[in-house]
Amino acid sequence: MAEAGKVDPMHQFTIEPMFGTDHWEIAGYSIPFTNSALWMAITTVALFLFVWGGMKRQLVPGRWQMAVESMTSFVDNLLAANVGPAGKKYVPYIFSLFMFILFANVLGLLPLMLVGVHPFTFTSHFSATGVLAIMSFAIVLIVGFWRHGFHFFSLFVPHGTPLWLIWLIPVIELVSFLVRPFSLALRLFVAMMAGHVLLEVLSSFVIDSMNSGALWGTVVGLPSFLLMIAICALEILVAGIQAYVFALLTSLYLNDAENLH
Amino acid sequence: MPQIAQLSETYASQIFWVLLFFGLIFFVIGKGMVPKVMETVAVRDKQIADDLAAAEAARKAADSQEEAWRVAANTQRAEAQALIAKAKGEAAKATETRLASANTVIDQRLAEAEQRIAGARAGALEEIETVATEAAGDIVARLAGVTVDAAAARVAVKEALNG
Repeated sequence: MAEAGKVDPMHQFTIEPMFGTDHWEIAGYSIPFTNSALWMAITTVALFLFVWGGMKRQLVPGRWQMAVESMTSFVDNLLAANVGPAGKKYVPYIFSLFMFILFANVLGLLPLMLVGVHPFTFTSHFSATGVLAIMSFAIVLIVGFWRHGFHFFSLFVPHGTPLWLIWLIPVIELVSFLVRPFSLALRLFVAMMAGHVLLEVLSSFVIDSMNSGALWGTVVGLPSFLLMIAICALEILVAGIQAYVFALLTSLYLNDAENLH
Repeated sequence: MPQIAQLSETYASQIFWVLLFFGLIFFVIGKGMVPKVMETVAVRDKQIADDLAAAEAARKAADSQEEAWRVAANTQRAEAQALIAKAKGEAAKATETRLASANTVIDQRLAEAEQRIAGARAGALEEIETVATEAAGDIVARLAGVTVDAAAARVAVKEALNG
């Protein structure tokens, strides 16, 4: 990626087919197994191992079981608080969503370059986050119309709407409703991409300034390096927060579908 | 920006693999494993609640038993004290009776002894009188050569002895 000291901070997001699977396709759509798909697979395996390690089902849990149970309880409490008793049946979906995004974000931050592996954060692609967002939105629509029929449209007329605003409020509500999948997908994708670009740019500062000599290395490189350490911590926080926000917003939207306003 | 630049060539692959792997996670982990984990948590919570309830019931039972024990102990203590008081009274009465009977015996013996002493004294005086009378008769016979009637002698001796 670095040619003559030039670093392209966007190069890390490039999707490349792997293992010679370029020609794979279904019904005319090319679906090569890319580095993005590889990291989805790694995320899936890591998540499977994590939950599997907590399946000992002991009465007095060990550390690992405690960790897994605290994650399921976290999702359970999230749904109980935001949706109520009806939220129990969404635990598998919200848990999968939350843990998939969380593991993807954290795995993408691991400093695996040290052992020669280039981590890829597929949550920094809106083509991936968009699928998750549309899936959540579709579930909200299906549940809403399934449970309430056309009464679901009353979602667009909140309680206490003044009669003379009845022509405006539903339009605003409709727009805010339709924006939900985009805000879900774009928030995650932008947050992950911005963090990775920032880290890449700062690391290029460190490398280039060091190459320009000891003076620039001290004046520019060292502060950039210290800033990188702080931003790494921040990015770990963001990885958790973005997964939480995605799960939280999905459960809030599910609440609309389950209970209307 | 590869996300946009590569969109047309990669979107199908991205969508396919996300759906595939998320579906795997949802059906295997979310549907298969998570309910078991949550069931374990629920079983544990229920067990803890049951144990707490059992402990509370046991505590209540212990409290009521202690109360019953306290009541029984109080009754028994009262009974024991009544028994002791009764025994004390009886003992005192028995002592009194035995003392009284012993006193009677002692008094009787004393009276008998006094009687015996009085008898002995009277016997002794009689003896002395007899001896004195004989002695007086003998003395008179030897000195005066007069035979004194025994009865007269006795009167004289009595006079002399009793003044």
